[in-house]
Amino acid sequence: MIEMRNIHKRFGQQVVLDGVDFSVREGETVALLGPSGTGKSVLLKHIIGLIRPDAGTIIVDDKDVGRLKRKDLSDLRSHIGYVFQNGALFDSMDVYENVRLGITDGEKYRDGEYSRSRVLECLKLVNLSPDTMEKYPAQLSGGMRKRVGIARAIAGSPKYLLYDEPTSGLDPVNADVIDSLVKRLDNELGVTSVMVTHDVRGAFRVADRLALLTGGKIVQQGTQEEFLASRNPEVQEFLERDFPDATFAA
Amino acid sequence: MATETLDLRRFVGRWTLNAASHVGRVSLLVADLVRSLSEWRIWVPRAFTEAWNIGVGSLFIVLLISGFAGAVTALQARYQFTGTIPIYYLAGVIVESIVLELGPVLTGLILAGRIGARYAAELGTMRVTEQIDALESLGRSPSSHLILPRVVAGLVMIPVLVILADVMGIASGWFSMRLVLPITNDDFSYGARIFWRGQDAYFSVIKAFFFAGSITIISCYMGFSTQQGAEGVGRSTTGAVVSSSVLILLLDVVLTKVLLNQ
Repeated sequence: MIEMRNIHKRFGQQVVLDGVDFSVREGETVALLGPSGTGKSVLLKHIIGLIRPDAGTIIVDDKDVGRLKRKDLSDLRSHIGYVFQNGALFDSMDVYENVRLGITDGEKYRDGEYSRSRVLECLKLVNLSPDTMEKYPAQLSGGMRKRVGIARAIAGSPKYLLYDEPTSGLDPVNADVIDSLVKRLDNELGVTSVMVTHDVRGAFRVADRLALLTGGKIVQQGTQEEFLASRNPEVQEFLERDFPDATFAA
Repeated sequence: MATETLDLRRFVGRWTLNAASHVGRVSLLVADLVRSLSEWRIWVPRAFTEAWNIGVGSLFIVLLISGFAGAVTALQARYQFTGTIPIYYLAGVIVESIVLELGPVLTGLILAGRIGARYAAELGTMRVTEQIDALESLGRSPSSHLILPRVVAGLVMIPVLVILADVMGIASGWFSMRLVLPITNDDFSYGARIFWRGQDAYFSVIKAFFFAGSITIISCYMGFSTQQGAEGVGRSTTGAVVSSSVLILLLDVVLTKVLLNQ
């Protein structure tokens, strides 16, 4: 379970998160929606301890992320897969080494036979052929890079998967492919997922629950039905473009 | 007038705070590197790759510049001292200048440009493309994967390059003297030994070791703290070269004072 309580974060004078309360239950997929530049990725990075809050508490698996020591934080991270917006693949390594680095167990990582079979398995899960292994990130398309990023994130068999804009910058066909992939992985691997996105249709396709972050706060959390029935003008405004025919509650 | 004084105070205050914050963060980085030493399975293989890159990649330029430095020192010594002191003394001047000063400092400055810029640009690009965040997200330490191999490789290879630069500089000085002065090999060898003390070679290596630390740690720190995209990478790269060069010159003064006990 992931629980964020009263998170505050500012960069210089700019307040990005202003008392965010957000939670994700075991096994569910939550889409974190919001306009660009509202701090969705910043919030996601708080979960894994890449950014520390100015105030507030983040609990993952009953552990307070902000108080963990280096070793404990590293252990916690090995149970969390993080898919970066632009893949963040290591450009000096080929796809095999990139995905292999996702194997967080030291013994398994050093076992060449296990590593190879695990990398192949992960590539298969994200619909990439084995011959992709020898390619370098610069030789891959945007969609392939995202899929390699997902393969790397799942290589360590994580309990949680955090997706940062997995479909941004992709054409609608490739975006649909990634959305289906996220849904399939959530079902097949049984992980708990948080997906940051501003693609409302994709979020509705993939998520069990949604949350809208705007103005530094979560203004709405709930199921798709609850979102569509929301009276909150910010929710209505955000959904209007993708659901012009929806009848919002008056 | 009062406003100008206030502005100056603010500027000095801000600059001091900024400098103190950099010193603090570099200290934390060094502490993190020391903690990462136990993860030798990770950093040792990478350090070999980096050592090869530093050693082989820099060898030509280091030998070229030290060769020219040796030749120029010989020619200049001839210009300044011919007719005032015995010719064989010039060999001592050349050897001591190369070993105690020109070899380590010139090599340090060249490598601050070559290695420092490269490290800062590599790590800076990795930072702005979230590759460092990705490494951390996988529960892996950027210190043991990225910084420690570079620092260790520099600490080992830069002194080796300085030794080679010293040898090249002396050889080139000897060759230049033979070309322009009526000096025999025995005279050169005799003159070189007059001023030579065994510890001089160690001083050269000690200087090289400190310069290596400043080049690698400063440039890795600058690259690691890069912000704001391509412009930030450019700023870090320039900052790394300038800062490590200035630090080399400062260390040179301090180490000369301490080592030569003057």
